[in-house]
Amino acid sequence: MPKTLFDKIWERHVVDEEPGKPPLLYIDLHLVHEVTSPQAFEGLRLAGRKVRRPDLTFAVVDHNVPTTDRNLPIADPVAAEQIETLARNCRDFGIRLWDLHAVEQGIVHVIGPELGLTLPGKTIVCGDSHTSTHGAFGALAFGIGTSEVEHVLATQCLPQSKPRTTEVNITGRRRRGVSAKDVILALIARNGTDFATGSVIEYTGEAIREMTMEERMTVCNMSIEAGARAGLIAPDETTFAYVKGRRFAPRGEQWEEAVRDWKELYTDPGAVFDRRVELDVSTLAPQVTWGTNPGMGTDVTGVVPSPEDFADEARRRAVERALQYMDLKPGTPITSIRIDRVFIGSCTNSRLEDLRAAAAIVRGHKVAPHVRAMVVPGSGLVKRQAEAEGLDRIFREAGFEWREAGCSMCLGMNPDILQPGERCASTSNRNFEGRQGRGGRTHLVSPEMAAAAAVAGHFVDVREWF
Amino acid sequence: MKPFTQHEGLVAPLDRVNVDTDQIIPKQFLKRIQRTGFGQFLFYDWRFREDGTPDPDFVLNRAEYRQASILLARDNFGCGSSREHAPWALQDFGFRVIVAPSFADIFYNNCFKNGLLPLRLPGEVVDRLFAEVQRRPGYRLTVDLESCEVRDGQGWKTGFDIDPFRRESLLKGLDDIGMTLSKEMQISRYEQKIPGYMVPTEA
Ligand code: SF4
Repeated sequence: MPKTLFDKIWERHVVDEEPGKPPLLYIDLHLVHEVTSPQAFEGLRLAGRKVRRPDLTFAVVDHNVPTTDRNLPIADPVAAEQIETLARNCRDFGIRLWDLHAVEQGIVHVIGPELGLTLPGKTIVCGDSHTSTHGAFGALAFGIGTSEVEHVLATQCLPQSKPRTTEVNITGRRRRGVSAKDVILALIARNGTDFATGSVIEYTGEAIREMTMEERMTVCNMSIEAGARAGLIAPDETTFAYVKGRRFAPRGEQWEEAVRDWKELYTDPGAVFDRRVELDVSTLAPQVTWGTNPGMGTDVTGVVPSPEDFADEARRRAVERALQYMDLKPGTPITSIRIDRVFIGSCTNSRLEDLRAAAAIVRGHKVAPHVRAMVVPGSGLVKRQAEAEGLDRIFREAGFEWREAGCSMCLGMNPDILQPGERCASTSNRNFEGRQGRGGRTHLVSPEMAAAAAVAGHFVDVREWF
Repeated sequence: MKPFTQHEGLVAPLDRVNVDTDQIIPKQFLKRIQRTGFGQFLFYDWRFREDGTPDPDFVLNRAEYRQASILLARDNFGCGSSREHAPWALQDFGFRVIVAPSFADIFYNNCFKNGLLPLRLPGEVVDRLFAEVQRRPGYRLTVDLESCEVRDGQGWKTGFDIDPFRRESLLKGLDDIGMTLSKEMQISRYEQKIPGYMVPTEA
């Protein structure tokens, strides 16, 4: 029987199956960070359990860390305690940790791929919903809660009921200035923030095949914003070329063996998905969100909608509330929305290509006088490479702040937050109320759109800048 | 884990779609390293105004819902971040059941790990319950996981579907890590077959 890519990975990982129970799945890679792990380690201690496979478990600090000078003490004592707790847990349980001072330190979903830990065909979990990012490699990667983190630490397995599958077929060729971020934002705006709940998305189609690995990661990253358990893309030559030679990637004969295996990882012709969604990107415009969830977005050439545009009563009220929170009036052209802050960063858009794209827009310009803008590279290695290419100089000369790696203003657990009422063009993935700081207003955009907005002081159609 | 068999309690209506876990428990409270004590921060930015005083208009601040232990909500409840702090906070605040037409996957999973029942009921039934809560102050429900039934004590009742395994685990308060550990033989056997390239080694 023809199988989907998802079926193939799933079947390779079933450890045990009993009627009436969810199958037990083996986990090949477990990534750990400071926020969702302390209670899991505590649980292990209380039960007198060990970490089964420290060699498949890797930890990094990212959510809480300051993005300013790393040699200064961390000002927030509670954050400092959480960071120290992770260090102690990693010492006690024998887990490799990239701490604040490691050059590899960065956002967990940036460093996994960068270090060659993320490989096709693996099952990957992390106590973080954007684990879906790693699906860009053809790995089955999903976010889990803290109890499940404990479960994986203790057993390297997870009981999982089998999700449904959704094929998202993306066709057409994007025009210049239309990025992978715009593709995923448009997909969610058109289909809703829960269209893939309970299912794993496989992205197919020529538009996906043509994407670089970093673009694919941007798309898979936001699968969770469509409600999906995971996002998947079949590995191909682009994938293999990206992985080859990375620090933890297989080498020599093992590499040959791995690539032979990975070439089997595709959906067989005739395999059936539970559902299929189409998106043609040939006429797509850059996207800007106007509301308080990632599905509340539109073309940069559009206007803020009116609650009356929505049929269902609950949605109407949600839109009304969102517009009130965002302080926006129906009918306002998107390009007339003035911004106060710009954030380029997060596991969605903080990799090298993102920074290059933003820098190309910024080069030779200055950030508008009323705007405060910052770039937070996804990892220490991204930062180092960007500096080698002189991107930091371009940003700094334009008036951007150039920071150390971390989650930063994506969720504002560290001191990088919006003030109440401030409006931000952000390359992150969530525009929930208060996400970037209480009362802060977030508009999700691509790195190029964020860069152009920083210069103009309001949203602009970046296509006009080329 | 605490078993869940039956619960009777006051219903509080939270009439919003897509309630995300950032709202349920804002990030500034995720730095604690314990599992307990999150209830005081539940829906913090909705319960409290900027100056730190309670917002009297927010449903959970109203006197008639102070004792509520069943939260009635709308579609896609618990979307967004995977933070298990969300069910911890709901439970610590006093909730035992969340009723909604649909839940986000990770949140749904997390609830079961903590003895909190996320109860999916059809949209029309949830609409009806919202209307009842409006109409009858002090509206209470009994959620019976043994018979898979919800009743309101005024003669109305409805059945519900739930995955049999999840139901069983909640009813018995099973330790699922213990269950997996009992599969030691199968896990070890599986591990022997994992190709060498899957185990990270440094260059
Ligand atoms: S960058 Fe943002 S979304 Fe990504 S892991 Fe960090 S906090 Fe989560």
